Amino acid sequence: MKALFNYLIFPGFIFSLVIGGMGWWLERKFTARFQYRVGPPWYQTFLDILKLFLKETIIPGGASKILFILSPLLTFSAVLMFNLMLTENYFLDKSFVGDILVMLYLLIIPSLFIILGASSSRNPLALVGASRETKLMLSYEFIFIISLVIIIIKSNGNLMLADILNNQINRGMYLKSASGTIGFILALFYIQAKLGIVPFDAAEAEQEIMSGTAIEYSGPLLGFYRIAKTLLYFSLPLFVIALFGQIAINNPLHKYSAFVIEYVLILLLISVIKNINPRLRIKEILGFFWFFLFPLGILGIILAIKGL
Amino acid sequence: MAERKIVPIGPYHPLQEEPEFFKLIVEGEHVVELEIDIGYNHRGIEKLAEEKHWDQITFLVERICGICSNSHPFAYCLAGEDLLGIEVPERANYIRMIIDELQRLHSHLLWLGLAGHFIGYNTIWMWAWKAREPVLDLFELISGNRQNYAMLKIGGVRRDIKEEAYPVIRKTIKNLYPTLKMFQKAIQDDPVIQTRTRGVGILKKEDGISFGAVGPTARASGIDIDVRRDDRYARYDTLSWSVITRNEGDIHAKLLVRVLEMIESCSIIEQCLDRIPKGEIETEVRDIPQGEGIGRVEAPRGECFHYIRSDGTNRPVRHKIRAPSFVNVATNLVTVPGYTISDAALTLAAVDPCYCCTERSAAFTLTGEKILKGEDLIRLSIEKTEKIKKIYGNDKK
Repeated sequence: MKALFNYLIFPGFIFSLVIGGMGWWLERKFTARFQYRVGPPWYQTFLDILKLFLKETIIPGGASKILFILSPLLTFSAVLMFNLMLTENYFLDKSFVGDILVMLYLLIIPSLFIILGASSSRNPLALVGASRETKLMLSYEFIFIISLVIIIIKSNGNLMLADILNNQINRGMYLKSASGTIGFILALFYIQAKLGIVPFDAAEAEQEIMSGTAIEYSGPLLGFYRIAKTLLYFSLPLFVIALFGQIAINNPLHKYSAFVIEYVLILLLISVIKNINPRLRIKEILGFFWFFLFPLGILGIILAIKGL
Repeated sequence: MAERKIVPIGPYHPLQEEPEFFKLIVEGEHVVELEIDIGYNHRGIEKLAEEKHWDQITFLVERICGICSNSHPFAYCLAGEDLLGIEVPERANYIRMIIDELQRLHSHLLWLGLAGHFIGYNTIWMWAWKAREPVLDLFELISGNRQNYAMLKIGGVRRDIKEEAYPVIRKTIKNLYPTLKMFQKAIQDDPVIQTRTRGVGILKKEDGISFGAVGPTARASGIDIDVRRDDRYARYDTLSWSVITRNEGDIHAKLLVRVLEMIESCSIIEQCLDRIPKGEIETEVRDIPQGEGIGRVEAPRGECFHYIRSDGTNRPVRHKIRAPSFVNVATNLVTVPGYTISDAALTLAAVDPCYCCTERSAAFTLTGEKILKGEDLIRLSIEKTEKIKKIYGNDKK
């Protein structure tokens, strides 16, 4: 019963959804303030999701039905599983699960199914979006792996999230070291690209290919994508905080407020990057990830090996 | 060779607010060919004009386009005055210039914002439109309307700009300078904007001339044309201002030309306010004699042309309009292929297309024979109405 509560309410699904929704709203609010707008009310994200679940689902005639329907569901379940592993570790100090490589796999699944779902719809714009998402994956997942390598070197080859957390509590957060800072920068751009936020939203570019990968989705199926994205708005920053910015605080209240502050700061950073850049072309995104962030990551690995 | 696919932009697409159809034929991300299909918004304004009397037409042509809602009446009034052979009072000329330049400011700011939106740079979008808002307030102050100002009539202007409004206009324009300089600096210095716009959608000078491009689209390709200087309407020749040209022909040049033009417009408005004389604002026009006349003005998008012919009655027998977008949109045929889909979205928007201005169809065979004439269009329209009636069974008598 307790486990079920943990999975469904706190710190599982409902809690993550609420925090993620608030996080998304906060990011929108920051953006609005950047642009001299008022911005939406705090419950806007939830209304958006609710509305989608009240709408009818349209499946395009030429689509491969099974893949088209399964993709959002599997995306959602992979994200939920990732979320559960992360929150169990972070909020309940459980360590029986939480190999970060498993988490990496779980994080790749959503992107794969977004590509599959888009391809199965047979819409030409969705296909363009899917091909862009594939190229994007090649860049951002790669950079995130390098970021994880830095972490693994710093934690002396330990792959368990709980050990990484403990290691930081004992030795201070990784963000303070030079290699940790580099790893954090890589991870930040990873979040930006994974969530499909400007400047890396080429796969969903509204003005070019009309939301690309999501163009044929409607109703609850789109709703599942939205929920998955909302959950990621919570869990990706949390993952990065856990990997780089764990603070040694015993008082749980202070621990949570430290988390909230770090979370808001990350959202603010994402929002700043979003609002001072136009959307990059796919070629430039690849160039940025491979020829700028990759050498930076190599530098980070070298620094990490030297213990900096 | 990659497989060729069709990526449709339009007839309804978030890229552009009006219905139009661009068929991009792509290999992967690469656009190899473009087909343009316009004419989704045909409203028969020219035909309507033949059924209205001379004074009503100023209001009709104002509604051709919400954004250049001063250029069309301006060109029409110039055509009327050309037919009559009259001069308008000095004060009316200055008021016309002020309104026209304010309109250029608001139109270019609108486009700048949209261009930002199309490259996913929503901050520029909102900031440009925020800067546009005081300009619209000025319109409201002067004419009572934010759009469709109804300021012009054949022989002068309909209403005066009150003395009390001068300081407000001056102040707004003065406040606009820093914003425009900021945009200019952003476009010249921001590396990311440069990577998105430099060397993209290049319109070569020869192509520009052969397509007959006008306005900022042409000026960004090094074609030095501006009706304000070349045709000397109103009193533009007495003011000191310069025609902005760039030689690159890419989107970056188009951005820069428009921003620099806005700074020129501000200067023109200030000079007008310094020099505007007191006096009458209209020459009375009793009736329009037999004859014909043309009017050309530099609309924000380029040369806007009106031709009218009168048989001495109170309506024109022919009213021909050529809006600048009609020629500018065609330049996409050479500027879009060869770049990626991402660039295509921006390039299509970079000519600042205005479809509601453009939509009047004319189809020709290669030998110059007209396929669809006016009667044909009416026949097609009647046939379509009949078809719809039949389908929906509303034709019960």
